[in-house]
Amino acid sequence: MISGGLDSMLATRVIQEQGIHVEGINFFTGFCVEGHTHAIRRQDQKKQKRNNALWVAEQLGIKLHIIDVIEEYKDIVINPKHGYGSNLNPCLDCKGFMVKKAHEWAVENGFDFIITGEVVGQRPMSQRRDTMPVIARESGANDLLVRPLSAKILPPTLPEREGWIDREALFDFNGRGRRPQIALAERYGLHDYAQPAGGCCFLTDAQYSAKLADLWQARGNREYEFDDIMLLKVGRHLRPDPGFKVIIGREEGENHYLEGYRKRFTHLFSPSHPGPFALIDGIAGPEEEETAARLVARFGKGRDADRVAVEIHSVDGRDRTIEVVPLSDAEIPQDWYL
Amino acid sequence: MSHQTLDVRGQLCPIPVIRCQSRIGGMSEGETLEVLCTDPGTLHDIPAWCRIHGHKVLETTEENREIRIVIEVGA
Repeated sequence: MISGGLDSMLATRVIQEQGIHVEGINFFTGFCVEGHTHAIRRQDQKKQKRNNALWVAEQLGIKLHIIDVIEEYKDIVINPKHGYGSNLNPCLDCKGFMVKKAHEWAVENGFDFIITGEVVGQRPMSQRRDTMPVIARESGANDLLVRPLSAKILPPTLPEREGWIDREALFDFNGRGRRPQIALAERYGLHDYAQPAGGCCFLTDAQYSAKLADLWQARGNREYEFDDIMLLKVGRHLRPDPGFKVIIGREEGENHYLEGYRKRFTHLFSPSHPGPFALIDGIAGPEEEETAARLVARFGKGRDADRVAVEIHSVDGRDRTIEVVPLSDAEIPQDWYL
Repeated sequence: MSHQTLDVRGQLCPIPVIRCQSRIGGMSEGETLEVLCTDPGTLHDIPAWCRIHGHKVLETTEENREIRIVIEVGA
């Protein structure tokens, strides 16, 4: 399993050193998508946009299979058996789910065992001495799950007992420190790798989790669609009323991305002053639309103007242009910001 | 040899790569796939995916935020 971080890169390399053919698998949940925001935001477009998992696979000389698990993953996020971490991150359920999917894929494609970059004690939920066996058991992978970086401090797996791999050539890394991994990377001549290791799940982010919790609360259920979780990554989100929120692009790249949703949401922009493109998510009448328009005016170049024209295009085909006074900062309560 | 087109405009990586992977999985060596995208990340990710899976990028063009990548399916 290749996350794109250092640990899975090293774990793979350790097994390759034993002459074993390895192919990588990477799961796309919709949340592990740092590259998305780079792609969306124009100001970030000079930043490196590589997919770290693909990059790691290329460095290791292995194939990488990226698997879309967006739909199946919803149940992990909505009903985590082992609960959440400090935010809405269901890390233990997530790891168990991914190992289960990797195991299924391995069986279907004729592979003998699974390798992960897990290290005992590295992470507070999913990489503890007491939870790592839970992952092996609940995923169904059992002793076909090999953790080369900590193998020597874990019970021997089937590939080790059967001599498919040499246990003595595996490692005994333990704890949160990164020195052994960095030293091993040095030994293998690996100097360029993503830091920190372990991917980039938005569910570990407090602000993102707060926006997801708000979405669930506003809708009265804990469901989501892929577009919902994508939109939570884009723009400013302000909720002036429990019934609707406004998503306001922060720069050209985000505006462009939000424009892609114009047929599905009531949307607003100013024809009189350069500024954001915005969507209304929820139910909004004329009064709420005017509030949204005043927010659009506030975050555009006309923020200090007396009046700003704002076009409002409703999903039901009603188009109108109104003139509004931009909201001042003092008129925007802090609790509108999600 | 057949030529197919895959339209993933508006989709962000890694979705274009996943769709590409899926489509090419059903194609034969020597056939070509033209991928239309808008995410600048595809300029890195699709060629990287092609390199590790033995496919060849024949052409890449970018115009008005639209990217077109033509791939020849490998063995």
